[in-house]
Amino acid sequence: MEIVHVYTKDREEFGRQCLLSDRPAELLLDVLPDQNLASNFIQRSHRDQAVQAGRQVSEHQVNTERFESDSCGINHVEGGWPKDINPLDMEQTIRFRKKAEKDESYLNSIPQLGSVAEHCGRQNNAVDIYQEPFDGWEEVEESPEPPSAKTINIFRDPNEVKRTVTGLSWHPDGGRKLAAAYSCLDFQKASRDMSLDSYIWDVENPNRPELTLKPASPLVCLDYNPKDPHTLVGGSYNGQIVYWDTRRGSQPVELSSVEHSHRDPVYKIIWLQSKTGTDAFSASTDGQVLWWDVRRLSEPTERLVLDPTREGNLDRALGAISLEFEATMPTKFMVGTEQGLVVSCNRKAKTPTEKIVCTYDGHHGPVYALQRNPFFPKNFLTVGDWTARIWSEDIKESSIMCTKYQMSYLTDACWSPVRPSVFFTLKMDGMLDVWDILFKQSDPTLSLKVCDRALYSLRVQDNGRLVACGSQQGETTLLEICSELSTLQKNEKSLLAAMFERETKREKILEARQREIRLKERSRSEQSREEEIGREDGEDDPDQLIARAERDFYNQVEAELKRREMREEEALREKDVCEEKEVKDEEEAGRNEAS
Amino acid sequence: MAQVEETLKRIEASKGVIGTILVNAEGIPIRTTLDNSTTVQYAELLCQLSMLARTTVRDIDPQNDLTFLRIRSKKHEIMVALENNYLLIVIQNPCE
Repeated sequence: MEIVHVYTKDREEFGRQCLLSDRPAELLLDVLPDQNLASNFIQRSHRDQAVQAGRQVSEHQVNTERFESDSCGINHVEGGWPKDINPLDMEQTIRFRKKAEKDESYLNSIPQLGSVAEHCGRQNNAVDIYQEPFDGWEEVEESPEPPSAKTINIFRDPNEVKRTVTGLSWHPDGGRKLAAAYSCLDFQKASRDMSLDSYIWDVENPNRPELTLKPASPLVCLDYNPKDPHTLVGGSYNGQIVYWDTRRGSQPVELSSVEHSHRDPVYKIIWLQSKTGTDAFSASTDGQVLWWDVRRLSEPTERLVLDPTREGNLDRALGAISLEFEATMPTKFMVGTEQGLVVSCNRKAKTPTEKIVCTYDGHHGPVYALQRNPFFPKNFLTVGDWTARIWSEDIKESSIMCTKYQMSYLTDACWSPVRPSVFFTLKMDGMLDVWDILFKQSDPTLSLKVCDRALYSLRVQDNGRLVACGSQQGETTLLEICSELSTLQKNEKSLLAAMFERETKREKILEARQREIRLKERSRSEQSREEEIGREDGEDDPDQLIARAERDFYNQVEAELKRREMREEEALREKDVCEEKEVKDEEEAGRNEAS
Repeated sequence: MAQVEETLKRIEASKGVIGTILVNAEGIPIRTTLDNSTTVQYAELLCQLSMLARTTVRDIDPQNDLTFLRIRSKKHEIMVALENNYLLIVIQNPCE
């Protein structure tokens, strides 16, 4: 049905001016509802529909510009005196005071003031109103919260071109300052405009470094002198050692001469314990460990070439990446090498060959961090490739404890100075792991993502709560660890000592077993050699070697299978046979076979 | 006048009191038992602090006014009584 309204206009009236006039409303069309049409429709069931008429808002985060604040002090001078009275003149001030005492309001107020003050004073004398009511009661054991760590501050590299933070060192006196060494360790990636400076930051002020250190070549590592907190020594990219005194400004006080320094970047430098407090030693990938006296940096006082064959041959030397020195054991030190070996050395050995005491074959890649446990100096931690390992000095073949292979490369680690069972590791994916080996050994207790880029250096402050880690983009993040991970727990030392002993013992037993097997093999091979003494040894023919290797292999496998069968029979026969007896039986069986 | 003297003497002689300073409306110390530099320092600082405390109290309730301010520190307690723009500062070492 169409609703249409028609109106007409004459053609001659088109375009004429409109003359508007008021007119009452006129009903043109009124269509009433037709009930019959309702039968075409079905009424739908009721349904609830929610409608909201609210204001549209959106959330947006904005980071404001960094607010640079500077603190400075103001010196107060006596003031408030009226203009005509000179405050330094005793007479005038006394006269003024006497006059003020005669003032009306003065006389009225003082009794009031006096009574109030006296009341409070007497209160104080009677009872300590600020006393802690429950002080001295036993501390309630708090329910253990999950371990956590909080970022306190981030110190960013102020330069345009960001460099990696390769070395960190806390100020020895209270740890309010942090020295960071910046350099670019990527091969030939250091651009020309890269700044050479390294900075000392004040922990409270992340906006600006407190002091800039300007070396001639970027610093790879640095260390504060534990005896004299004003002096620092640093190792630079070109192999020189640089010595600073913070009281004398940013320029180095002394530089070592280029001819006598390292030929590769100095990866680690540590101060030594000495009477003069001026000795340091440094290690570099050119295979040398050099000792320096900072008063005379023109030449190293001592030199050690890390040659595993103990001949002092620089060509065969292993490149050193990390150093370890513990003040309680001043004659020993350890070096971690690029090849994955940890070399333990004795400084006081008479001949250079005796300097290298022993080596520990640990990792598949460079040993990036090496540190003794501050509570158990016989055990040390090494980090390299994708694992962290704990070693005992006595066991040279393998580590006593080892973490799982992690998802990314581990770059640095250190023990907590307060808790013997806690250590921290850094990974290339920007994660900081806190391991508590008394709590859990398979996984880190706390895993934090510090930043998106790789983390390169780590240092824990002496109180164990603050941890500084440096990243590839030049950011040093300061984290505070929760109190559980930084306070000594009950029995921790004894439990950890027991754990280390247990693991050491296990390794010893395994080592002994290995040795026995080797001995047996040797005795067997000696006997077989006696038989073959007439035969010519065609050592140079690879095919023959392969054939022989195959033969040996199959013989061994068969021998092992037979041995296992015999062992099972033995076990079935005698239930309480001790290990030694078994071993003897096996040896006999082996000997029977050989003969 | 004598009453004033007596009041002040009583306070100064109280147990544990280290020093007393009386400051007028302009911040000038009228009477003091401490040496000049300490007096000046206390007067300046506590004047400013009590003004701030006073404005705080009055901001919350304009009819209210600050009468007494107590600062307890590790070493001693500083009590400031306010009346008519005069300040009476008493430094006491509370012995428990």
